[in-house]
Amino acid sequence: MSGVIDLSALELRDAIAAGEVSAADATRAYLDAIETMDKQILAYNETFAERAMRQAEDIDKKRSAGETPDLLAGVPVALKDNICTSFGLTSCSSKMLENFHAPYDATVVGKLASAGAIVLGKTNMDEFAMGSSTENSACQTTHNPWDTSRVPGGSSGGSAAAVAARMCAMAIGSDTGGSIRQPAAFCGCVGLKPTYGRVSRYGLVAFGSSLDQIGPLTRDVADSALMLGVLAGHDSRDSTSVDRPVPDYLASLDKPIEKLRVGLIKEFHSESLDAEIRGAVDKAAGIYRDAGAEIIEVSLPHSRVDTDETGQLSSYAVACYYLVATAEASSNLARYDGVHYGHRTAEKVGGIVELYSRSRAEGFGDEVKRRIMLGTYALSSGYYDAYYLKALKVRRLIKNDFDAAFEKCDVLLAPTAPETAFGIGEKSADPLTMYMSDIYTISANLAGIPGISIPAGLSKSGLPLAVQLLGNVFAEETLLRAARMYEKSNGATRLIPEMVT
Amino acid sequence: MGDMQDNMLPVIGLEIHVELATETKIFCRCANRFGDPPNTHTCPVCIGMPGAMPVMNQKAVEYSMKVGLALNCTVPNFTKWDRKSYYYPDLPKNYQISQYDLPLAIAGHLDIPLAGNKVKRIDITRAHLEEDAGKNVHDFPAHTGVDLNRAGIPLLEIVTEPDLRNVEEVMSFARSMHRLVRWLGVSHANMEMGQMRFEPNISLWVGDPEKVFDESAGYFTPIFEVKNLNSFRSLERTCQWVIDYHQAQIAEKGKAWSLADVGKQNWGFRDNLNACEFQRGKEEAHDYRYFPEPDLAPVVVDDAWRQKIRNELDEVGELPIARQRRYLTEWKLTEKEADALTQDIATSDLCDHSVEAGADPKRVVNLLLGRGAAIANERGCVIGKIGISDVQLPDLAKMLTKGEVNATAADKIFDIVVDSDALPAKIAESEGLLAVSDAGKITEWVDEAIAKNPQAVEDVHAGGKKQKKAFGFLTGQVMQLSRGAATPAEVQKLLQEKLGR
Repeated sequence: MSGVIDLSALELRDAIAAGEVSAADATRAYLDAIETMDKQILAYNETFAERAMRQAEDIDKKRSAGETPDLLAGVPVALKDNICTSFGLTSCSSKMLENFHAPYDATVVGKLASAGAIVLGKTNMDEFAMGSSTENSACQTTHNPWDTSRVPGGSSGGSAAAVAARMCAMAIGSDTGGSIRQPAAFCGCVGLKPTYGRVSRYGLVAFGSSLDQIGPLTRDVADSALMLGVLAGHDSRDSTSVDRPVPDYLASLDKPIEKLRVGLIKEFHSESLDAEIRGAVDKAAGIYRDAGAEIIEVSLPHSRVDTDETGQLSSYAVACYYLVATAEASSNLARYDGVHYGHRTAEKVGGIVELYSRSRAEGFGDEVKRRIMLGTYALSSGYYDAYYLKALKVRRLIKNDFDAAFEKCDVLLAPTAPETAFGIGEKSADPLTMYMSDIYTISANLAGIPGISIPAGLSKSGLPLAVQLLGNVFAEETLLRAARMYEKSNGATRLIPEMVT
Repeated sequence: MGDMQDNMLPVIGLEIHVELATETKIFCRCANRFGDPPNTHTCPVCIGMPGAMPVMNQKAVEYSMKVGLALNCTVPNFTKWDRKSYYYPDLPKNYQISQYDLPLAIAGHLDIPLAGNKVKRIDITRAHLEEDAGKNVHDFPAHTGVDLNRAGIPLLEIVTEPDLRNVEEVMSFARSMHRLVRWLGVSHANMEMGQMRFEPNISLWVGDPEKVFDESAGYFTPIFEVKNLNSFRSLERTCQWVIDYHQAQIAEKGKAWSLADVGKQNWGFRDNLNACEFQRGKEEAHDYRYFPEPDLAPVVVDDAWRQKIRNELDEVGELPIARQRRYLTEWKLTEKEADALTQDIATSDLCDHSVEAGADPKRVVNLLLGRGAAIANERGCVIGKIGISDVQLPDLAKMLTKGEVNATAADKIFDIVVDSDALPAKIAESEGLLAVSDAGKITEWVDEAIAKNPQAVEDVHAGGKKQKKAFGFLTGQVMQLSRGAATPAEVQKLLQEKLGR
């Protein structure tokens, strides 16, 4: 069945529906790919081979019985390991939850199942989604399929690597500060963070509840539109999900937008930006101009990126994010105490407080501890106003900047990440530098707007480049269509890493 | 010290926790039920499962609004949820969803009755809604269990200003609140089931009692907060104990025993010791790190919604304290009677409706608090629900007033009527309980009694000590022969005539 795994999810779905390929054969092909490839990539924490084959056979039976195939019938997908499944583990790549069996399915898991998707497995991530390289995992270190000495980005690094290495047709990630878009950029896939409230978070293990959003990692924009159509919608179990109609993203996808207004974010386009990435953004602007779009320079002053004399980057958005996200995380992760949930110390302890502190000391990794401490501090009596409340005010200013920009533009064009995939271990010792990986993605989470990272060819050293488009709230349709315009003209998408071919 | 002790005034504020009697819990759809086997009313939401999210129960908010409006509070247009962080085994998420700075109701008052027909206005600071915690169960030899059936039950916390000045006022306020929430039908407020709990904050003002809070005129002793008192008795004992304790401390330590020097302390009431025990001082005070709950939208109360609840409150009609005043002033009842009749809405309504039907208030009250109270006690229900209707009761009261039945017969009719739909007049007739004042009929019974009891007749004639007793005995015999229907005055008159006295 060689070739099956080269099909996009949409192509595969159609092939299965047409009876050209069986779901069982497709699933088997992906399981084989995982078998051979994942020894080097280490993208999956767990796979469900038997379950997946059973699901696939069911799909085939239904098709033979003449049932109309569902939107993703027979399409094998991977789930980030922070999305609760009633089967297998939901570890969040943490020692804390190494044995956690969720008794229920996340809403998105139910939606995928109803759409006929086949779950191949759960993918590696930075512990509790905290990180930009997937190195903060208690399970394993995932390698970038484009260069196995490099990271796949993070925190949805396992999902991005699995998509890039053709070990699934598409994958689900979560994005709190760039965790879908940055690994998509590093691995040469399309990564979409929807508007906050577009996709239900019920069953997503929370990190920063006001920022988290589930979204697709796919090979191309069409698959992204396909998957978003399945995931999006109001959920009565998530009060922050918004009750508004879900458009047919695929139907309109190939229709170019006339008189598209593309904003070029001044603050993200500075001299200090990596030349090749800057070149990719310029090239994208050129493509849009050629397609008849108007390119407008816009300013997001509160998302400004500064560089000090040592070359260290800084930004209000990053500072704001690391107060809001960590404050929420310190509360969200409080339940992992060895009593209610999570690892419990085997040591003899003198009382409940020691049981809590020892269990947490053993169960959490360094980065998680760092963020819990930061967030706890930011919420502490006497510091709340200076840190957390101040961050909320900055967040409002950042949002206001976007509102003003979207009065003039339909989409904003920016880099996704300040660099291409970096080496494993390269930044582990310097958390602050690592935090700057999200410098161009974080603002979208703070503002609640959707963003998509699209492959933009390869760098001179053969690593994927990417550009990012940001849209107004609930303007995913526009965002996807604009992304598709670029993808079509650029002709540099669906790149395949050498090791896969 | 003498002067000081003369000028010691308790200053007490009360927090009252009321579990609301909604069908389901506050953030999930588990049943809100007491007494079932542990952990049978639980789901991913109320046990704080990773990934689960709360969804607000509108009924709980409406019940709270109703209490707020009944307490003359302002129900603001905008309120929100906050997380209150602390680690405890009965708190699944290690944070409680509560309301911090923008509660559902603010700035109200309750007029409480005091001895001597007095009334005092107690100001209400606020009332906010939160989720109840679970319950630690210490029934096991080697470990503590946690029952989470209670976790997530809606809990309304009502906070007073420190307006209470003695134990009597505290108790009157507590009882008034207890009555009010039952009256409104928003809580069963069953103390043994922990559905109403008290937390007094107690301090003594040492100085000019006319100038409490004026720092130049005196000072406060340390504030003692005593949590989780779940009976009126323990509340009363606690307040008295703390007041006595403070007086002893002042005698011993003088001005060193002050709020400024010692701060606020937490004490717990120990039932078996009938005393309070130190728990923690200001040094160990919790920092709850409140911040807005990102999983829930703020609650916006518009005029229409507020009016709807106000209309519901209007339908409830006159509230218990107002009724008490009316009974005292218009019906001239005693404080004890007025109190007993306003324990619950059913009893008070039965009473009011009977009087509206034309019965004499005093007759109605005597019937209800006499035989009615006895039956209620036997049946374990409130007087208003023993089974006599607001048609039957006035009928019976009117018969008494007209002399159609005597008191003994009325009690017998009462006993029958609670299990019957028949009118008392009909029962009196069919049971032969109508008062007989017909001299001919009574003479027959008198003759029979005299004939059957020669010894008693002899004793009456003999005079002296035994005379009174024997006469009473004969009267009783006649009453018995008449099956209670004879008019006692007529019986005595005829007996006296026959016995020639």
